[in-house]
Amino acid sequence: MDFKPSVFFEALTSPAFIDGVRVTIMLTVVAMAFGLALGLLVALLRASPWAPLRAVAWGYIWVFRAIPALVWLLFVWDALPQLVPAFKGDWFSAFAAATIALAMNEAAYAAEVFRGGLLSIDEGQRLAARALGMPPSKVFTKVVAPQLIRVTIPPLSNDFITMLKLTSLASVISLQELLARTQTLVASTFRFVEYFSAAAIYYLVLVSIFMVIQAQLERRFVWISQQTASTSALSRVRQLAALR
Amino acid sequence: MSEPPLGHLLDAGLLGEPVAAAREGTAEYVLEAIDLHKRYGHNDVLRGVTFGVHRGDVKAVLGPSGSGKSTMLRCLALLEPIDAGEVRLEGRRIGVRESGGRLVPLPERALARERSEIGMVFQRFNLFPHLTALGNVMIGLTEVRGRSKAEAREIAQTMIARVGLAERASFYLGELSGGQQQRVAIARALVMNPKVMLFDEPTSALDPELVGEVLAVMEELAREGMTMVVVTHEVGFAKRVADRVIMMDGGAIIEDAPPAEFFGNPQHERTRKFLEAVH
Ligand SMILES: Nc1ncnc2c1ncn2[C@@H]1O[C@H](COP(=O)(O)OP(=O)(O)OP(=O)(O)O)[C@@H](O)[C@H]1O
Ligand SMILES: [Mg+2]
Repeated sequence: MDFKPSVFFEALTSPAFIDGVRVTIMLTVVAMAFGLALGLLVALLRASPWAPLRAVAWGYIWVFRAIPALVWLLFVWDALPQLVPAFKGDWFSAFAAATIALAMNEAAYAAEVFRGGLLSIDEGQRLAARALGMPPSKVFTKVVAPQLIRVTIPPLSNDFITMLKLTSLASVISLQELLARTQTLVASTFRFVEYFSAAAIYYLVLVSIFMVIQAQLERRFVWISQQTASTSALSRVRQLAALR
Repeated sequence: MSEPPLGHLLDAGLLGEPVAAAREGTAEYVLEAIDLHKRYGHNDVLRGVTFGVHRGDVKAVLGPSGSGKSTMLRCLALLEPIDAGEVRLEGRRIGVRESGGRLVPLPERALARERSEIGMVFQRFNLFPHLTALGNVMIGLTEVRGRSKAEAREIAQTMIARVGLAERASFYLGELSGGQQQRVAIARALVMNPKVMLFDEPTSALDPELVGEVLAVMEELAREGMTMVVVTHEVGFAKRVADRVIMMDGGAIIEDAPPAEFFGNPQHERTRKFLEAVH
């Protein structure tokens, strides 16, 4: 077997690699943030009482679920500047292109998640909020949003992990994220196994960290009182003790 | 577990001066519906509903399923636009404004302000699951009335205690019985200092042994002079507490009489049949 642990550990700790990880994390977070915001907007349009707005939202979801993320990424990077002069400027970096492409891709999926979430919230919730005299903005932010966040944390966490992996596509537009860095190093050393393993380890670690964050987040959205939380924790301990 | 006694609910010290429900008015009715019409598609749900509720009176509304009772309450609470007719609160027409010589529906923000004058209690409680009992009672005060968190907490805590739930203030709805949830829902509406309270079958979703505790709060409210419209199947409550009883059928009021007359000598054949069926 041709595996040199020293090369592997060198890869794990090389500054170039770590810089790639940094770009991967930044792209994931920024693209996800824009994707969620746009997705929420699309979901709200989808629920609009006005048919043309619903049609726009439906069309958006239809198009962006159909186009492969890689095709759209290349389109944004190579074709968009030819179509729209504004994208010829210096600001339009590989990072900006990847952010736009991945965010627009994510928005289509997030919109469906938000739509499902909105439908799952009992109509009585909105009715009660309106009956109290809340204006529409407060009905949304104070009553609908907290319940929407709770039901969408699990599916959107999935999207987040997908996004983390999709950022590797940006290597084809020469964004120096984790995969691009790996390929550069592989090209000069031909140590495929060590470098690709090191990259895989980083993805694994990033996803694991995120899973811990997700668990924390979900716990914050469990709506039980301190009393019940402590008694149920206690009863869990008792159950465990009884099992022994 | 014995229930703690109920406190004074319509308290000026708590709700602020004046207690809207107790205010002397010149209007003949606190709440008035005039020839309400409401249609869903081709379904004429309300076909000319007219009645008024005097200050401090309790109006019980009976009627078969699908007769439009809930729809009527939602229209009175401005939660649903009406197709024709008027809703008047203390003599003033609500839900509309004049624009170029015509009456048009108010924009949503202005409607919201008018809704806050009317308390509404739902069959399925509709408490907010992400808030504690206390949070549910506070939210109208902070988000609609613009009270500070500290003020709202104090008022909400007192009101929760007065509906007998001081011990449960920090509980979420999954940790409350149906009866307790409904009492929180009543407290949530009450702290807004409404001019009138509308109840849509407030005990229908409750286990029989929990009905009494909710009716007790409502009776206390009635005794203290709250103006109320109560859609209910509780004939006992209607006999005991209501000043007048309405029979709804097919989207119209077919009988409107004091309870003794309503139950003792109903004028309408359908009322008689309905009363036989529920007894
Ligand atoms: N949002 C709505 N959209 C369409 N139709 C509706 C809507 N709400 C009520 N309806 C219809 O209006 C009619 C009256 O309904 P409503 O709920 O007011 O009756 P109800 O007297 O409260 O009945 P119940 O005793 O079962 O609560 C029914 O035929 C119902 O199907
Ligand atoms: Mg009903």
